[in-house]
Amino acid sequence: MLGRLRQMLIKEFLHVIRDKRARFFLFGPPIIQTLVFGYAATLEIKHVPIAVVDYDNSQVSRDLISRFQASHYFELRQRLSDRRRIPDLIDRNEVTMALQINSGFARDLRKGETAHLQVIVDASNSNTALVGLGYVNQVARAFAQEYRLEALNRQSPAVAASLPEIVLERRPWYNPDMRSQWFFVPGVIGNLVLVIVVTLTAFAVVREREIGTLEQIMVTPIRRTEFILGKTIPFFLIGLLDTALISLAGTLWFRVPLTGSLLVLATGTTCFILCMLGVGLFISTVSATQQQAMMTSFFFIMPAVIFSGFGSPISSMPEFLQQLTYLNPLRYYEVVLRSVYLKGAGFDVLWPQMAAMALIAAIMLTVSVLRFQKSLE
Amino acid sequence: MNWNRLCAMARKEMIQIRRDARSIGIVIAMPIVMMFAFGYGVSFDTKHIPVYIYDQEKSQQSQDFLKRFQASIYFNVVKTVESYPELVQAMDAGKCQIGIVVPPDFSRKLRSGRKVSVQAIFDGTDSNSATLGMSYSEAVAQAHSQQLQLDWLRARGQGKVQLPLSVDARTWFNENLESMVTIVPGVVAMVMAVVGTFLTSLTVAREWERGTMEQLISTPVTPLEIMLGKLAPYVVIGLADTSVCAVMGVWFFGVPFRGQIWVFLLSTTLFLTVVLSLGYFFSVVAKSQLAASQISLIATFLPAFLLSGFIYPIDQMPAVVQGITYIVPARYYMAILRNVFLKGSSVATMWQDFLGLALFAALLGLAATRVFRKKLT
Repeated sequence: MLGRLRQMLIKEFLHVIRDKRARFFLFGPPIIQTLVFGYAATLEIKHVPIAVVDYDNSQVSRDLISRFQASHYFELRQRLSDRRRIPDLIDRNEVTMALQINSGFARDLRKGETAHLQVIVDASNSNTALVGLGYVNQVARAFAQEYRLEALNRQSPAVAASLPEIVLERRPWYNPDMRSQWFFVPGVIGNLVLVIVVTLTAFAVVREREIGTLEQIMVTPIRRTEFILGKTIPFFLIGLLDTALISLAGTLWFRVPLTGSLLVLATGTTCFILCMLGVGLFISTVSATQQQAMMTSFFFIMPAVIFSGFGSPISSMPEFLQQLTYLNPLRYYEVVLRSVYLKGAGFDVLWPQMAAMALIAAIMLTVSVLRFQKSLE
Repeated sequence: MNWNRLCAMARKEMIQIRRDARSIGIVIAMPIVMMFAFGYGVSFDTKHIPVYIYDQEKSQQSQDFLKRFQASIYFNVVKTVESYPELVQAMDAGKCQIGIVVPPDFSRKLRSGRKVSVQAIFDGTDSNSATLGMSYSEAVAQAHSQQLQLDWLRARGQGKVQLPLSVDARTWFNENLESMVTIVPGVVAMVMAVVGTFLTSLTVAREWERGTMEQLISTPVTPLEIMLGKLAPYVVIGLADTSVCAVMGVWFFGVPFRGQIWVFLLSTTLFLTVVLSLGYFFSVVAKSQLAASQISLIATFLPAFLLSGFIYPIDQMPAVVQGITYIVPARYYMAILRNVFLKGSSVATMWQDFLGLALFAALLGLAATRVFRKKLT
């Protein structure tokens, strides 16, 4: 039995190694995708281009503007004398926000009344707008607080000396500089393993069926279990290899820290690859041609990636779809990847995810292998 | 060029599409599936962030402060814990994204007019959600702090003081800052980039694979007629698909369409020329359906997703990557669509994007006419 299995494995490896396209497919896209995701996928917002219209033109208003200038969140592109130019600038995407300080700004502040800072935001990108508005609020509040303190100090130093204040001490754990890269690089491992294992497995069988070599194999003394093992073990190993490759790239090139243990990562990866082997085999049982396998894979891969929490948080999706994500193995794997990488989580924390993936793998593999054996008859 | 031959070619292609049930499936199902998946799956509306509270004081004041978090729609106070390790555990397991720790001397310090620090621990893994969570919680803490200060000052005879500064934000084009409004016009571009290239990537390769290319070559039809005849049906299909997506976006997802329809159609036609030519090009070069469809998926899906400004703002990418985005045609179409839908921009304001798109349309269209030779090799 082992001898036959070995022959089958050798044949499968040769298939992959001798096919130029397959060889590229194994290592090209993973590296390209890791690089592109690492560099392009950023939701950090810095240097938001802004314009200002200062109708007050006082010491105070200029002071406020210089605060915005000094902050690296903003980049002051234009000083306008007329607010009617704002729509044009925003339409042409030259600025994302415009600050307008009306006359009487300094007077209101001085009298202890509420001064108003108008902000016009191009919200066509909602995330940029939200984050940008948050920064505006931060800068403006800090300014107002200081202004008030100074004013009080002049009026009645006694009161100013003791003023209650709540300060929020912000402590971002796991990712102290809040880098997008630290979020996306571990995450992309899940995507790539999914794409590679599913498509390779699906194609390996369908190709033999399409070319007609499947019949040749069936007349050899090989058993079905041996055939299935021979078809899946190579892709299992390739999946592990790719994970190792991307992890190395992430650690050495992007310097994303791997705080957790490799054992936990490897266990999670194993569970996940088993799920994907099940999916790949399943696709191969429902596709007659490579073309169909390609289409079916696409229809699985796209939703699986979108509804995994890889790029956008699951908690922001509609309730009904949030429930559906529990069926998605990638959802669990993403949690495992990011928790092991950034939080250093162990089995004590991640066992529910592992168990869920193991369960899905068991179900998928059983169904696929049963279907597969039938399709060979 | 002969009009009759061209029409015959187009008719042949049309019949072929009509009789191939699977490609009709792709044409109809793929855009709709993608619209739903992206429209619902990609959301950055961060609301109901799970919060754990560790109140070391449990006084009236600290409860008043924490009630502000409970009242905000951005937070969902899941649990109040009694110890620090409990909070750490919850963070590690991802049960909460924010932990608020109120110190034991909270009200004592405030009563005596001093500054008190409240710890806010964020799960920084998902840096974008963490950034938004930070600015929301900062706003909550500041609001409470200001209220306390006002009360304090009024109690000490500064009766007239008001809140020092208010930021009045006007969010243009997307009043409620919904991420769906940002995403949906972009999905239309994504769908076209993928479906367009994918569809045509098969046309020529299929003829080679099935051996019908020899028959085609022996007819008097010229390469240019073959190309135009083959692409014409797909232009019609592409325009229909885009319109279906756009109508879905407006009626189903409730995204505004503020621009002119002809601007939308013009940019769509230009972009279709780009993607269809690209698919045709791959098809001629690859000569195998599988290779052609794989190349076209890799060459369109990933760049359209990552490098077009669909989700990740281009101006936040490193300079080199920003440079690369200029050779991604989807970048221009993405910008135009978002502007046409949300801002109602005219061609004049978007001339740069139109120019870029037209340039690529001309370039790739020309390349497609040149690539095909009536030769059997």
